Amino acid sequence: MNVKLRVWRQKNNETEGRFENYEAKDLNPNMSFLEMMDVVNEDLTDSGDEPIAFAHDCREGICGTCSCMIDGKPHGPEHGVATCQTYMRSFKDGDTITVEPFRAKAFPIVKDLVTDRASFDKIQQAGGFITIRTGAAPDANSIPIGKEIADLAMDAAACIGCGACVAACKNASAMLFVSAKAGQLNLLPQGKPEKDRRVLSMVAAMDEAGFGNCTNQYECSAACPKLISEEFISKLNRDFVGATVRSSFKAKPLV
Amino acid sequence: MNILNALFKTSIGKKVIMAITGLILVGFVFGHLVGNLQIFSAPEKINAYAHLLQSLGPALWAIRGFLLLTVALHIWSAVALVLENKAARGAKGYANQQTLRASYASRTMRYSGVIVLAFIIYHIMHFTTKTTHGEDFYPMAMLDGHLVPDVHSMMVFGFQQVWVSVFYLVAIALLTLHLSHGISSMFQSIGLRSRTWATCLNKLTIAVCILYFLGNAAIVGSVLSGYVKIQNPNLQVAMGELCTPDCNVCETRIAANN
Amino acid sequence: MKLDPKIPSGPLEKKWEKHIMEGKLVNPANKRKYDIIMVGSGLAGASAAATLGELGYKVKCFTFHDSPRRAHSIAAQGGINAAKNYQNDGDSVYRLFYDTIKGGDFRSREANVYRLAQVSVNIIDQCAAQGVPFAREYGGLLANRSFGGAQVSRTFYARGQTGQQLLLGAYSALSRQVGLGTVELCANEEMLEVVVIDGHAKGIITRNLNTGAITRHSAHAVVLGTGGYGNVFNLSTYARNSNVTAAWRAHRKGAAFANPCYTQIHPTCIPVSGDYQSKLTLMSESLRNDGRIWVPKKRDDKRPPHQIPEDERDYYLERKYPSFGNLAPRDISSRSAKEACDDGRGVGETGLGVYLDFSDAIKRLGADTIKERYGNLFDIYKEITDESAYDVPMRIYPAVHYTMGGLWVDYNLMSNLPGLFVMGEANFSDHGANRLGASALMQGLADGYFVLPYTIPHYLAELDRDGAPSTDDAEFVKAEEEVKARTEKLLSNKGKQSVKSFHVRLGKIMWDHCGMARTKEGLEKAIKLIPELREEYWADVRVPGEGKELNQSLENAGRVGDFLELGELMCRDALTREESCGGHFREEHQYPDGEAMRDDEKFAHVAAWEYKGEGQEPVRHTEELEYESVKFATRSYK
Repeated sequence: MNVKLRVWRQKNNETEGRFENYEAKDLNPNMSFLEMMDVVNEDLTDSGDEPIAFAHDCREGICGTCSCMIDGKPHGPEHGVATCQTYMRSFKDGDTITVEPFRAKAFPIVKDLVTDRASFDKIQQAGGFITIRTGAAPDANSIPIGKEIADLAMDAAACIGCGACVAACKNASAMLFVSAKAGQLNLLPQGKPEKDRRVLSMVAAMDEAGFGNCTNQYECSAACPKLISEEFISKLNRDFVGATVRSSFKAKPLV
Repeated sequence: MNILNALFKTSIGKKVIMAITGLILVGFVFGHLVGNLQIFSAPEKINAYAHLLQSLGPALWAIRGFLLLTVALHIWSAVALVLENKAARGAKGYANQQTLRASYASRTMRYSGVIVLAFIIYHIMHFTTKTTHGEDFYPMAMLDGHLVPDVHSMMVFGFQQVWVSVFYLVAIALLTLHLSHGISSMFQSIGLRSRTWATCLNKLTIAVCILYFLGNAAIVGSVLSGYVKIQNPNLQVAMGELCTPDCNVCETRIAANN
Repeated sequence: MKLDPKIPSGPLEKKWEKHIMEGKLVNPANKRKYDIIMVGSGLAGASAAATLGELGYKVKCFTFHDSPRRAHSIAAQGGINAAKNYQNDGDSVYRLFYDTIKGGDFRSREANVYRLAQVSVNIIDQCAAQGVPFAREYGGLLANRSFGGAQVSRTFYARGQTGQQLLLGAYSALSRQVGLGTVELCANEEMLEVVVIDGHAKGIITRNLNTGAITRHSAHAVVLGTGGYGNVFNLSTYARNSNVTAAWRAHRKGAAFANPCYTQIHPTCIPVSGDYQSKLTLMSESLRNDGRIWVPKKRDDKRPPHQIPEDERDYYLERKYPSFGNLAPRDISSRSAKEACDDGRGVGETGLGVYLDFSDAIKRLGADTIKERYGNLFDIYKEITDESAYDVPMRIYPAVHYTMGGLWVDYNLMSNLPGLFVMGEANFSDHGANRLGASALMQGLADGYFVLPYTIPHYLAELDRDGAPSTDDAEFVKAEEEVKARTEKLLSNKGKQSVKSFHVRLGKIMWDHCGMARTKEGLEKAIKLIPELREEYWADVRVPGEGKELNQSLENAGRVGDFLELGELMCRDALTREESCGGHFREEHQYPDGEAMRDDEKFAHVAAWEYKGEGQEPVRHTEELEYESVKFATRSYK
């Protein structure tokens, strides 16, 4: 099969970008989308041009490195997969495929299709953890956790931090990411003591990074390669309201 | 963080403002609809209701102030969110972005909101400040020996004008659309929507919206179809619809002629 | 070169405790005076950086990824072993230790492995406390499964993404320290050189992948947790960007490279489908718990699987290894698949594949149970091949998956280059010639959380507490010059062939001659071919673009350059190891039934290679493996 590509090329964050057209010929439908990009890049290298920069690593849908808006949807046309798990059989022979970087103020473009998602790390650093000293943990079975809670926490924990939620959201909101990260820890008994602090700090870090607001359209969940439910956003909202009220009225220790 | 800071400064806080003011306004529009549905009873009923509201005095102004503040906050949070969201996308938008599951209503909230606002302003001028129509439009009626505004006739009179009815219907339709996203969204924003009852909530929202629209449409429709008529005899006579033997008007006229 | 493993004296069970007691400590108030460089942010790197930061050291953590969470530890699916004996099925620290030694074909260091088994229990506690959502039973306690041929259920798991969950746990601990300011996170920074001053590792040179800026960083100790080198084969289950560069640069600066030939080939991967292939995808080994592996008995049997009657199928693992059957260890299982395919009985278009059939399991347990157990794996398979494993048998083939070899380290995880510590897959110490399933995650976290933080003070306490050396030191200047020269050389080469084309060619040489089965002739041929390819590479490689910005071709060019050197060393190591053991199988050394023939007389040692300079033959040193507690036994899985 053959396809035409319309790819965003941009030297760096300071320069203007533009779309360039390329042709990818003699493709095998069982190729992954990124393997198709590899082929295009080899051709570009052979003809003395600079290959297209795109983020990728594990190529099995778990590291969250790959991104790209493919024909207007993060990670391409399929449901619940990352770009690296998108195969050419999802496209038709002769299609023109538009490939753009994820766009958000909080994800500045590094080059071509590569964006800087360090803002996610910042949110994690603000509160995406349980404070436990190495070596200080009690026996793992000393705190039983009901299977349903554990499974729900696992649903949230499946987030691979790719940023598709931000890319798909009409408002470039990071609520699905933040809610999945906070939700996982807030659900577990181990995470309860720090719950309020965690929620307030992570939301503050999210706001500071310049992400948009959730307007409850759930595009994030539909674009998520792990299909994380918007339910966690609701939970984050609830936890945030609770944390705000509690922190405003709680008794404070004398210090 | 104190509560006001959290409400007005954080992203989630603004959504909570939006949700709570939304909830109040939903309560208001439903109360308003129930009040209006009294048009299907005798005119005295709705006139008495209107008179009761009018006679609340300072309390009325308190309620009005509260509602105005609610609307203002609702609009403020909307504007703030829209501006922030625009900025969050960054300088350069997508050349191509699909809609994956966002509903039409959710994507048109700002437009339906603005048109509904325009309608509300007109509506207040129409019935509260009484500036849109001539004096004749605002008749009075006797109620328990007092002369009170004849709201029943006012409404019927209003909706008998086809363009007014059409404008009301369009506005109500848009408000319904606005509510269809707003009601379930409210629950999400304050964290009361979950996977287990999201489907139920969505159905409930749709049912409530349909009821709301039908309730309003029934008022307009019954007037246009002539099912509900003006019952203020003074007006009926003035409009040449009524002439009874004991009619004051005629008697006065006859007396005058004599 | 002196290779002193520094194994503590005393009984096996007491060595670690004794070692901790005898080692020097760093006064809490002085800890912040020590700078530690951590290269890599996977399980080992992130957990060590977090723990050292928490202890009070000044840590800089480098990753070439945009975020520490992207390290390839994330891709491990199956699970993590720990000798918790929660299942009451007879597991113990000693049994885990013994299984690991035996699984490693008696080529690992006893004391290290025992310590690994000991701290394995703490890892689970630590991770559960961090909020890692391990699978649980209805009663709320942790669930276990039997994994990779173990006869006890000691594997903890989190759906099919145990690696991701454990890494995110370590990453959250690291993030906490970054937030507290004890660890400085340096993302998008690739280490390209180690700086050695007066025989001690004192810093590194990095290149920022986004800006091209080359920077010097000095410290009291440098720790590498940079993973394995399986991408020398080009096609592997490794992430595309996994590489040997950090370890290789350290090797060139004096750190010995131990047992480079030990390569684990994972038996259950999705077969190669075409030339364009960039990556092989692993299907968790847990599939072998219920799937049955077979090939047609007849050669070149092109009938679809359901048309091949039962008596014309060869369930070769069940036939050859009746007691372990389809759960035979990875190396045996892989080699048997290769044998079947070499015999012309492979399936699929390329003939390089065997069936992994679930039809019996579906009959016995029902499709729902199978879906519950393996649903996500079946989905992955469907996604890649467009075939449903519920209806037709999966096709699988072995692929390079893990490298047991790595930089030589002593009991303290310090290489022979003082001040350079190596953890996780990047070192050689714990898995011998073959790694057991679900043990990689265990080792990464053991090293990072519970070993290095105890051993590094022993080294630091011996140093002056003066600041780390100035980055203006002549050695730093020299190292930076080397990096710049190398980068410049690649960019200005203006050859004709792409970096990728060389990588593909190197991979083919390695797979053909240093893959699942190796021969003297093949290895000698490879030792001739690789230097030729290397020469061609430096003469004719084309690296487009500039050095002052993100340039993925340039990144790969540096890495492939190092693979071209490593590949040769692997072949040399495989050639000199005249025996078959674990992940190293020499066709000359096998029993008549095709089983690997170890030579404990001559080869019960670690081979550690010393770099002698470009164009010079490396020198092989040995560290004898002394077994105090276990006796050599032939691995038998029959």
